[in-house]
This record gives sequence, structure tokens and C-alpha cells, in this order.
Amino acid sequence: MLDSLWNNRIPAAAVLLFAVGFTTLLLHRNLLKKIIGLNIMDTAAYLFLASLGYIAGRKPPIITDGNTDPAAYANPLPAGLVLTGIVVSVSVTALMLALTLRLYRRYHTLDLDKIYMMARDEQEDET
Amino acid sequence: MKSKKKTKVSERLRAWDQSSFDLTDALELNPPLPKAPTPEDRESLPVIDRIEARQFAGFRKIYPWLAGLLGLVMSAFLLLGVLKLPPYGAADNPPHNEVMDRYVGEGMHETGAVNTVAGVILDYRAFDTLGESHVLYTAAAAVLILLLSSSRKGEEPPELRRIMEDDPILRNTAKVVVPFVLLFGVYIILNGHLGPGGGFAGGAILGGGLILYAIAFGYESLERLINDRSYRVTIAACLCFYSAAKCYSFYCGANGLETIFSTGTPGAILSAGLILPLNVAVGLVVALTMYGFYSVFQRGRI
Repeated sequence: MLDSLWNNRIPAAAVLLFAVGFTTLLLHRNLLKKIIGLNIMDTAAYLFLASLGYIAGRKPPIITDGNTDPAAYANPLPAGLVLTGIVVSVSVTALMLALTLRLYRRYHTLDLDKIYMMARDEQEDET
Repeated sequence: MKSKKKTKVSERLRAWDQSSFDLTDALELNPPLPKAPTPEDRESLPVIDRIEARQFAGFRKIYPWLAGLLGLVMSAFLLLGVLKLPPYGAADNPPHNEVMDRYVGEGMHETGAVNTVAGVILDYRAFDTLGESHVLYTAAAAVLILLLSSSRKGEEPPELRRIMEDDPILRNTAKVVVPFVLLFGVYIILNGHLGPGGGFAGGAILGGGLILYAIAFGYESLERLINDRSYRVTIAACLCFYSAAKCYSFYCGANGLETIFSTGTPGAILSAGLILPLNVAVGLVVALTMYGFYSVFQRGRI
């Protein structure tokens, strides 16, 4: 069992990184640290995808010397998928940071619990 | 009341900028928090709220342990999944199927791109990349909506900018570095079909160079090149060009017609048909979006 885990050590590292990011997301009450945790999870997903494209002993998928034999190159498809993931994660991060900035401007804190309490107080004041 | 506070802050920062100034009492810049609940407050709460507060405190005590346990359980399950994966790096793994053989084996002849990844993302799967560009554009628009509406137009944070601008180390470093950064970004974009790189990577580098320039020399020096209008026009034009070009090639491809864009000789800089112009369009969108994100977060407008 340990042998097979060692053979798949890069996917295993990606999986552990994902768990680290997820736990960061849960443990921190600071919104910025939550965003960092989400970004760690994104990175783990890229690592996992990129590791699936690797084939031992083959070259990166850039055709050299006109050699178009597929047996000489690694898989180009996961690289394209990782690119998509990176773009989406950049967009999501920017959107989350903008929302956090708006929350900070209103409540002057990044602590989610405090924001929640203040928002509830405001709601009670209104009703 | 808010503007009063603002002038106070700017005065303090100016004084700090021009002379020695103890900043410790400026740390209390933000208005104090609206009441955080203290034990006395909790006692004065109605009974139901008090019960809720007590439950909340108990939950908070076990919450970190629960979260850590959840993380451990999740990693254990995922590691169990990893155990079932096929051997790492083996050539006959399921992802390396006939799709990959087609992309690598025929890609150079069909798309003209030496870099198979560029051929995949900008030719075989160009529709996906078009969606990506739109995701980026939509995110930039949403950030603009969120941050523009709350800041008064034309107002700058003068304090911060002056401090950054007067830094001779930053200025001289930027003077040397920025041209090379921009040149490298252009190289990565134009070489996307020949080697590692392409619109997304090169655009990010270009955007980084623009941001460095804006930090060192101020936004005004870039305003002639990138302002609200040119930002919108360029991004919209790039996305429209991308959509039109791909519509054309999809139409031709579906009806078995020859396109006017030849694949050229693979390996030449002017080859690979539509991939080079599409890379340029994507690169411009990414560069402007990166710069736009920074500018909007920093000063509330582009």
C-alpha cells in the first residue's frame, strides 16, 4: 500500500494540499485568509491535473525536428485544462477580494463572525 | 464626517512624508468598532439571545477540532482514492488515449502550431478559450461595479501615491526593468505557437509590467495609453474579433470549406493561421484586465 502511495506521490501531495486549503478555509475567521485557503485548493487542483499529463521519459508536447510520433511527447490536454483553471481562479479571486473590500469599508473588520453579528444587529435595528 | 477624517489622514501622512513623525498614534485610523459583545452585554441580552450566545460559545470551542477532524477525514478519503490511481507516469494510463494521439500526431499539420498546447487551446478547443476570456472580462466588470460605485469619481488617494512616487530606488529600478518586462511579454505572446507561452502567460507579464510602471511613475503617465475609454474599446474589440474569427472558422470547418487563413510552414513566426492573432487578442485582454484589477483596487477606477 505504501509502495503504491509512493509511486503516486505527486497526486498524493496534491490531495494533501487540497485538504490543507480546505482546513484553512474552515479554521480562519479572517476573510483574506479564507481567500488564501481557496487559492491553495486551486493550486492543488492544478498540481493534480498537471501530474496526470506526465508520461515518464517523454518530452513536453512541443513538436521538435518535425517528429510527430505521439509516442515521443507528453499529453498536451491537461496543460490546456490547467490554463482554464488558472484563468477562472484569477477571476474568482479578484471578485472575492472586491467583495471583501466592500465588507471592510462598511464594517471595518475582516472577521466573519463580527461582520455577521453587526449585520444581524443592523437587521434588528431596521425591524 | 468621513471627509473630515480623510483630510486628517492625509495631513498626517504628509507630515510623516516631510519630516520625522511618530506614526504610532495614526494607527487608530479607523473608527472604533461598533460594540463587540462583552460578557456584560451578554447578561443584558434577552433570554433567548443569551441562550444562543452560550450555544455559540460552546460551538466555537469545539469548532477548530471539528474542522481539523474534517480535514483529516477528507485527506484520508482522498488518499484512498489516490491509492486506486493507475501508476504515475505510465504511458498506457487512461488520460493518454486516442485524443492525445490525434492532437500530437496531426496537430502540427492541422493547426500549423508547433506548440501542441497552443494548437489545442486556440484551435481544437478555441470555444473553451473564448469562454475563458469572457470569464475574465465578466470578473473585471463585476469588480468595476463593486468598487466604482462606492468611490467618488476623480478622487485619488494622494498620500499613498506621493509616498510611492518619491521613492528613487523604485523609480530607477522600474526605469531599467519595465522595458525588458514589456518586451518579454510581447515575445511570449507572439511566440505562443512556437514554444511555451501564449496569450494568457504573455498578457499576465505585460500587465505586471504596466502595474510596475504605474506604481513607479503614477497613473497619469499611463493615462494617455490606458484610460476608461481605451480600456473598454480595446477589450470589447478583442473579444468581438475573437468571436468573429472563430465563428468564421467553425462555419468553414462544419461545411467543409477552405479557410483563407493558411497554416503556413510550421515553425515560422507567421504561421498557424488564426492562432497568432487570437493570441494577440487574448494577450491584450489579459494585460488590460490585470492592470484594470490593480488600478480599480488601488484607486477605484481605471
